[in-house]
Amino acid sequence: MIGFTAQTGRIFLTFCSFIGELIIFCIRVFANILIPPFFMRAFFSSVVQIGWLSLPVVGITSFFTGGALALQIYAGGARFNAEEVVPSIVAIGMVRELGPVLGGLMVAARVASSIAAEIGTMKVTEQIDALTTLSTDPIKYLVVPRLVAAILTVPLLVGVGDSIGILGGYVIGVTRLEFNNTIYLINSINYLELWDILSGIIKGAVFGSIIALMGCFFGIRCEKGARGVGQATKSAVVSASVLILAANYFLTEAFFSS
Amino acid sequence: MIDVSDVYKSFGQNHVLKGVNLKVQDGKSMVIIGASGQGKSVILKCLLGLTKPNSGKILLNGVDPNSAQKNIILSKVGMLFQGGALFDSLPIWQNVAFRYLHGKQKINASEARKIAIEKLERVGLKKSFADNFPSELSGGMQKRVALARAIASQPEIIFFDEPTTGLDPIMAQVINDLIRELVVELGVTAVTITHDIQSVRSIADEVALLHDGIIQWSGLLNQLDKSKNKYLKQFIAGSTVGPIETLR
Repeated sequence: MIGFTAQTGRIFLTFCSFIGELIIFCIRVFANILIPPFFMRAFFSSVVQIGWLSLPVVGITSFFTGGALALQIYAGGARFNAEEVVPSIVAIGMVRELGPVLGGLMVAARVASSIAAEIGTMKVTEQIDALTTLSTDPIKYLVVPRLVAAILTVPLLVGVGDSIGILGGYVIGVTRLEFNNTIYLINSINYLELWDILSGIIKGAVFGSIIALMGCFFGIRCEKGARGVGQATKSAVVSASVLILAANYFLTEAFFSS
Repeated sequence: MIDVSDVYKSFGQNHVLKGVNLKVQDGKSMVIIGASGQGKSVILKCLLGLTKPNSGKILLNGVDPNSAQKNIILSKVGMLFQGGALFDSLPIWQNVAFRYLHGKQKINASEARKIAIEKLERVGLKKSFADNFPSELSGGMQKRVALARAIASQPEIIFFDEPTTGLDPIMAQVINDLIRELVVELGVTAVTITHDIQSVRSIADEVALLHDGIIQWSGLLNQLDKSKNKYLKQFIAGSTVGPIETLR
């Protein structure tokens, strides 16, 4: 019994220490965003890595999701003769929920893993120590450019993903479900409100910060060896994905509960 | 001058440094030797402010590297890491000129490139390597690039962490000779940690043996072979019999 209690206590203390470490890390990162020097080359490189190179994966995922959504809503709507809601539900569903969440999860898988692996490898090969000895703060050089790039590019990716998802629904609606293409487009647009789009974009910015922070945090606390890098990569993707889904719930609650 | 007084460092129950005392005069080259796992890298990390000692005092030219003035002293320090620690994503010249491309010592890129090429040539690398990436170079060349980076900003103090590890004996001697030349030429204070006796004989003015968390012996290079210290004698002889325990 004492052994069990001790073990539980140890796990709890480790968890508290981890949370404390994460909070201190986040405070340090956000405190450094507006303080020079700014590493513009690292920032633009991160914009390309996080934003531009994620476009194909986000686009393809969104297209098929939009198509599948159209089929599902059509099949469900047919049970009570409401097939005509397909365009508006696809548009609202993509813009409010599926665009940001799927985009966030796909970028988390691609980017959080790559950031954690890159920074983790830098840690185990002493490149982060080398940065410090070259009078450069690793937080400013490695974390801040990635965080700012993710906050700016993930909402853009979400916007592109939303559009491609709606396009996917449109293509399936017109070619498979025999909707009139003009009516489909009009119904997609007419029922969409500005706040639907903005809420998705805000979610994108929050998810972007989660992805970059998790990738960098687990990369920087990476332990030695290939196993350490593997562990850091896995932890970054899992925690970013879970936090995105949790944050999505709370943001939806905050934006739409009334 | 480097002044280390009564430095203790533990990781949990593992007491690595148990009261290290060390002084290195300006312009002198101190080599710290010792078996693996005796805390040589830890003392170096404490000297660089990368690890904070539990107690004791460290001063580099009068400044504590763990204080708020850390960056002032680090701007006067060069460091050669064991594996080179070159930045994979940057070409060679940007690695060498890193300080000149970022931060307070920033100058324009063409000037920085000129300095980088000059330093590369000083360590025996041709200008044509400047645009290569670290992964395109051999281990010996990477060590030279790391050495060029360490001397790029005219440091007052240079640290070398196992400078010849992973190199063949000939390349190891080339690096040893280069280090000695640079230390004399630049007039810097140098601290090298190694377990390679050949490096000790090539680089050192003074030698200190770290074992079991304390400095067991220190003295001038010419006293090395005359010393009766049993730890030092065993270490130099590479014997498995003596006070330094070995696992077989």
